[in-house]
Amino acid sequence: MSTLVAEQLLNGVQLGVMLFLLAAGLTLVFGIMGVINLAHGSLYMIGAFAAAAAARATGSWGLALLAGLAAAGVVGMAIELLVLRRLYARDHLDQVLATFGLILFFNQGIVMLFGRQPLFMQVPPWLGGSVEILPGVPYPAYRLLIIAVGLAVAVGLYLLIQHTRIGMLVRAGATHREMVRALGVDIRLLYTLVFGLGALLAGLAGLMAGPVYNVSVGMGEQILILTFVVVVIGGIGSIRGALFGALLVGITDTLLRGFVPGLLRSALPPDQADALGASLSSMGVYLLMAVVLLVKPRGLFPAHA
Amino acid sequence: MKRRSLLAASAAALAAGRLATPAFAQGAPLKVGLITTLSGPGGYLGEDIRDAFLLAVEMEGGKLGGQAVQVMVEDDGFRPGQGKSVAERFLRNERIKLFTGIVFSNILGTVAPDVLDADGIYVSPNASPSNFAGRECHRNFYSIAWQNDSLHESAGELANKLGYRRMFILAPNYQAGRDALTGFKRLFKGQVVQEVYTRLDQTDYAAELAQIRAAAPDAVFQFHPGGLGIGFMRQYAQAGLMANVPQCVAAPSMDSTTLRAVGDAAEGVNLSSHWNSDFDNPASRRFVDAFRTKYNRLPTYYGQQGFDTALAIAAALRQTNGSVDPATFRTAMLKADFQSTRGKFRFGPNQHPIQDWYALKVERVGGQLALVTKGKVLEDHGDAYAAQCRL
Repeated sequence: MSTLVAEQLLNGVQLGVMLFLLAAGLTLVFGIMGVINLAHGSLYMIGAFAAAAAARATGSWGLALLAGLAAAGVVGMAIELLVLRRLYARDHLDQVLATFGLILFFNQGIVMLFGRQPLFMQVPPWLGGSVEILPGVPYPAYRLLIIAVGLAVAVGLYLLIQHTRIGMLVRAGATHREMVRALGVDIRLLYTLVFGLGALLAGLAGLMAGPVYNVSVGMGEQILILTFVVVVIGGIGSIRGALFGALLVGITDTLLRGFVPGLLRSALPPDQADALGASLSSMGVYLLMAVVLLVKPRGLFPAHA
Repeated sequence: MKRRSLLAASAAALAAGRLATPAFAQGAPLKVGLITTLSGPGGYLGEDIRDAFLLAVEMEGGKLGGQAVQVMVEDDGFRPGQGKSVAERFLRNERIKLFTGIVFSNILGTVAPDVLDADGIYVSPNASPSNFAGRECHRNFYSIAWQNDSLHESAGELANKLGYRRMFILAPNYQAGRDALTGFKRLFKGQVVQEVYTRLDQTDYAAELAQIRAAAPDAVFQFHPGGLGIGFMRQYAQAGLMANVPQCVAAPSMDSTTLRAVGDAAEGVNLSSHWNSDFDNPASRRFVDAFRTKYNRLPTYYGQQGFDTALAIAAALRQTNGSVDPATFRTAMLKADFQSTRGKFRFGPNQHPIQDWYALKVERVGGQLALVTKGKVLEDHGDAYAAQCRL
C-alpha cells in the first residue's frame, strides 16, 4: 500500500510539473499584461507538432527539441505582435473572443498542414526503460525526466524572476504596471519577451507530452482547463503560485483518482462505489479551487498585493 | 414593408420548393447528412468513416443504388451541442432526410432524437448505445456497426476462451464507456477485480496504471476509442505493464492507427472484432484495395463501417428508386441486400446487426506488426436489448 501511495505521489508530481510549465506562461501573461490568453493551449499543441514533425523528418531528438521550442516561441511572439498588442486596452471579453478565434485558426492550420491523423513520437530509446524507484515499483524513466526538467525550469524561473534585471521588471510589471511604464521602461518589448517566454514553456510542455500522450489536433484545449484552475488557485501573476498550485492540483487529482474509488468500495457496493468515485474525483480539483477561493479569494500567492 | 416582402419571398420559396419536389426525384441529387467527429483526439475515426463513405459513393460514380447523392459532411467538433446544431441546420435549411456518420455515443444522443422526431432516417456507422437498441428503439434508426454492448460481450467471451480468471476493467465515464463495462461483464465468467471509470477528457493514465499494477490481475480489459486509447496504450507500455499484465480488449482500443502509434509494445495484444483488414472475402478485399489506393493507408474498422453503411443505404435506395420515404425505405433497408465486407450480415428485430465476432491478435507478419484474425468467438450474435424493443 505504501509503495502504491509513493508511486501515485510521483504521478501527481509529474502531472503537476506538466501543468506548471503551462501555468507559468499563462499566469505571467495574465498578471503582467492583463490578457486572458485562451490560445495558450495552441502553443502547447504547436510545440508538440513541430517536435514530432522534426523527429520524424530527421530522427534526431536534439533537433526535435529545438524545433518544438523555436516554433512555439516564434509563434507566441508573432501572436503578441500581431494580435494581442491591439487588445491590451480592450476589455476581457474582446480578448477571450480574439484568442478563442486563434484556437480555431491554429487547429484548422494544423489540420491543413498535418491532417487529422495523430502524429506519433516515440520516447528516445535510452529513456524507454523504467527505473526501480522502490523495490518492486518500476517507474518510467521518461516520466522521471519530465519531473526533473519541470523542477529545473522552476528553479531557473525563480532565479530569472528574483535575481535578474528582467525579472525585476517582470515583478514590477505584475505589481504596478502603470508605474513601470511611467518610469520609462520599454514595456512593449517586455511584453513581447514575457509572452515569448510563456510560449516557450508551453512548447516545452507540449514536446515533452508528445511521446506520453498523443500529438493530435485539439490536444491543447484538454489541458488548458486544468491550467486555468492552477492559475486561479496559485494566484494570478505569481510564478510561485503557479508552481504550488500546479503541484497541488496534480497531486490532488491523481490521489483522488487513485484512491477514492478504492476507499468507497469498502463502504458501498462496487458498482455504486466506482461510479461515485469517478464523479467525486473529477469534481475534486474544482472543489479544491472553490475552497481555496473561499479562504484566500486572490489565490494562494497573489502577485498584486 | 421590409418584413412583409421577406415573408412574401419565403412563402414563394416554400411554394416553389413544394412544387419542385416531384422533379427532384428524377434530377437533383439526394442529400445525405454526414455528421461526424473530425477534430480532437477522435478526429481520425470520423475521417475514416467519411473517407470510406465517400469512397463508396465514388466507386458507384457519384451514386448510391443508382440514385445520385450529394454527401454533406460536417464536423461535430467532439461536442454534443455542436452536433445538435449541425443536425438542426441540416434538417431545417437543407431539408435532409437521411443522416449518418456519428462516431461517439454521447453526440448521437443529442443528434438522433432530433433527426427521428423530424421523421428523418439515421443509419449508424458506429455509435449504437443501449437506449436506441432497447425500449426506445425506433423504426427509422438502423445500426450497421453493432450494438455497443455486443462489441464488448465478444471481448468478455474472448477472455473466457483465453482462460483469464481475474480481470481489471476500465472505460471512460460516458454512455459508451458504461455500455462497454456492462457488456464485458455480461459474458465474462471470471471475477472482475476492479472496475474503474476514467474521464473522457483525460490524457494521463498514470494513476490508473499504478492501480492495475497493485491489483495484479490476469489481464486488463479497457475501452478507450481513438486518441484516448493511443495515450492509454502507450503509457501502459511505457509503464512496463505489457509484459506482465496482458490486455484483452475490443476493437476500438486497438485499431490499425493505435497499433502504429504504440509500436512494438503492442505485440501479443488480444482483441475481438467483427471485421479485420485481412478478411478473405471479395467485398472486403475490394474495399481494402480501393481504400489503400485512394488514401494510401490501411482502413480502420471505422472505415469499414462507413463503407458498409454506404452499401446498405445503396441497397435500400436501389429498391426504392431513390425515395427516402421512411416506410418504403424501411422495408427495403431491413432486407440488408448487400455484400457486407464482414461476410454475413442481417438485422435483428431492433434493426441492429446479428453477426459473427472474431478473435484478433497483434502479430508480426513479415517483420511488420499487424492485426491477424485467429478464429471465431461468437456466432450469429445479436444483442441483449433486442427483446425489449417492440417495433
